[in-house]
Amino acid sequence: MTELLDQIIARYHETEGNIITLLQDTQESFGYIPKEAVHYFAEQLNLPPSRLYGIATFYAQFRLTPVGKNRVTACCGTACHVRGAERILSSIRRELGLRGSEDTTSDGEITLEQVNCVGACSIAPVVIINNKVLPKSSPDRIVKELRALKKDEHADE
Amino acid sequence: MQMNSAIVRVCMGPAGIAGGGKEVLAAFADVLAQRQEQAVLEEGCSAHQVGCLGLCARDVLVEVHRNGSKTVYQYIKPDMVPRIVDEHVVGNVPVREWLVDDVYETFYRKQKKIVLADCGRIDPEDIDAYCAVEGYEAAREAVTSLKPDEIIEEITMSGLRGRGGAGFPTGLKWELGRKSRGGVKYIVCNADEGDPGAFMDRAVIEGNPHSVIEGMIIAAYAVGASQGYVYIRAEYPLAVERLTHALVQARERGFLGSRIFNADFDFDIKVKLGAGAFVCGEETALIASIEGQRGMPRPKPPFPVSKGLWQRPTIINNVETLATVPAIIRRGCAWYASYGTEKSTGTKVFALTGKIRNPGLIEVPMGITLREIIEEIGGGIENDKPLKAVQTGGPSGGSIPAAMLDLSVDYESLAQAGSIMGSGGMIVLDSDDCMVNMAKYFVQFTQAESCGKCVPCRVGTKRLLEILERIVGGHGRTGDIERLETLGRGVKAMSLCGLGQTAPNPVLSSIRHFRDEFEIHIRDKKCPAKVCKALLTYSVNKERCKACGLCLKACPAEAVTGAKKTPHEIDPAKCVHCGACFEVCKFGAVDRE
Repeated sequence: MTELLDQIIARYHETEGNIITLLQDTQESFGYIPKEAVHYFAEQLNLPPSRLYGIATFYAQFRLTPVGKNRVTACCGTACHVRGAERILSSIRRELGLRGSEDTTSDGEITLEQVNCVGACSIAPVVIINNKVLPKSSPDRIVKELRALKKDEHADE
Repeated sequence: MQMNSAIVRVCMGPAGIAGGGKEVLAAFADVLAQRQEQAVLEEGCSAHQVGCLGLCARDVLVEVHRNGSKTVYQYIKPDMVPRIVDEHVVGNVPVREWLVDDVYETFYRKQKKIVLADCGRIDPEDIDAYCAVEGYEAAREAVTSLKPDEIIEEITMSGLRGRGGAGFPTGLKWELGRKSRGGVKYIVCNADEGDPGAFMDRAVIEGNPHSVIEGMIIAAYAVGASQGYVYIRAEYPLAVERLTHALVQARERGFLGSRIFNADFDFDIKVKLGAGAFVCGEETALIASIEGQRGMPRPKPPFPVSKGLWQRPTIINNVETLATVPAIIRRGCAWYASYGTEKSTGTKVFALTGKIRNPGLIEVPMGITLREIIEEIGGGIENDKPLKAVQTGGPSGGSIPAAMLDLSVDYESLAQAGSIMGSGGMIVLDSDDCMVNMAKYFVQFTQAESCGKCVPCRVGTKRLLEILERIVGGHGRTGDIERLETLGRGVKAMSLCGLGQTAPNPVLSSIRHFRDEFEIHIRDKKCPAKVCKALLTYSVNKERCKACGLCLKACPAEAVTGAKKTPHEIDPAKCVHCGACFEVCKFGAVDRE
């Protein structure tokens, strides 16, 4: 891990980056911002960890917990909202068995992300499963997709 | 021209890609190559991608240009490609049943494309395609034969106003920037399109990234800036990719870098990725974010034109504003000002979405009526339901009721009606949409996105949300409407930045135009649009129920009882109003009131 973090710091110096780019690079490499990374950067760059945490928690892009192997992104933009995004979201949560503020299944297979708008409003409501955009979604269709995803996972094992 | 020469354009906007545009393009490339190999088709036929063609409802759209005439196909899938190539490109007989219908003509008739003129015509990843349509000619003319003051005069006379939403005169902003002293100056392109339900900037950058770069070069020369930034959402990976690619090409051609067009003018552009914060659309927050800090606004003055990025003069313009600039320089301010109204000149791009028959990306002259947009361009309301309202300006805007459909679309008229022009989201609502729920939706958004720096916004939006939540939850109290109004006015007046100053707009405009809906929610504990779940009661219609047991299984509260062959029943005391039974029933046997 340290090696990767050193590379990220080197790139940060090279490109005259800032803490946001540093964290973006970290998330790109790990899928999330590990606690160890924050403290390592703080030490190496002589910054209080709170500066890094302050930024990591301010921006919606950053996550502090590991991300599942599969990503399901539900768009909650206005156009999706008026076409039933909330119903889709609740059926995804029900299907994945997510409770409260949980966003990843207990087996670490699937992470559900809610985003403000993916900018594909004319084909609302939109759900993205592992970079595949599913236009004009419905709860039924998404549940089917999720079950197929889980099946694939079991087949892999 | 060769007899069989043809160009195929495949729409690769967000909807085009989602509809399988990439596969369609690959199929065209394959089949065209095969036919050329088999010598049934002469060399020189090609297929390429273009940005959003606009009529997203009919994606994947494909245009075939053959011997000077254009034919448009809709809903194209890869397996349809060989027939189009064989019958149309080779045989010169279009495949009739796959052509677009009359909708295509009515969708475009009232539009006027200036910003989007080349979006959907040229390959966004090919700088030569942009240069072939006079691309970078305006920048060349500006830098080599115009004085900065002449450019600013031209922009001022064109009447161009900021397309990000606030409508500040662009010429005036540039003039202030030009006069500002303080060493290095910056041009920032605000591409942090944060309004949910809006994708105009995404479409412009994905469809014609060079027009934005050219606008930035002209702006930089006019105000005397040497460095530019594009602050763009990380959630738009394709836009980032195309923009970055376009910057590399522009640099190779010498349109960016030192001594541009052999003049004494150096300028380059960097891309900065936003990290997902709505408040960063606000100028001072955006600056803080580029500097690598938490994106929190600061009081103005000093305005960014005098003290912005790293305390230097910084001119921030929106994507659409900058993309309009080359056209104004090329064709003159009088030409631009001939479109639109006296105070709102030119055209505006809108993302027309919601319960509309033909959703898509449109560009219309200012002063067009909402009726023309909805009924003619948009083709009316989906499923012939009655129109309820049009929401403009996203979380900072408001809803305009159906009765005001003849309203002119310009900065002043929209503001008078209690909404704003905003960045260009236009969401059509029908009788199935609840205005109280919409107000709650937007306040939930702004409350979550409030940066927390100033109390009126941080605490005020929270309290607004609590009141709205109890109204939709069936616990509304007498006086809640007045409380929302007083609190809303306070948050507007006292918040530090634009986010808080506009956050109550969706609530206040909904109360202004749809007060009765709020009253019914509070007094009768009913939701007329049947949206607010807590206010709905569910029961099983015994005649339609087939006792299939689906609702029984779906109910999370064990409120449904019944056995095989006996109609089921819902116990209102146990019901948690989740609506699961209503959704799963295949026979429409669950009634909700």
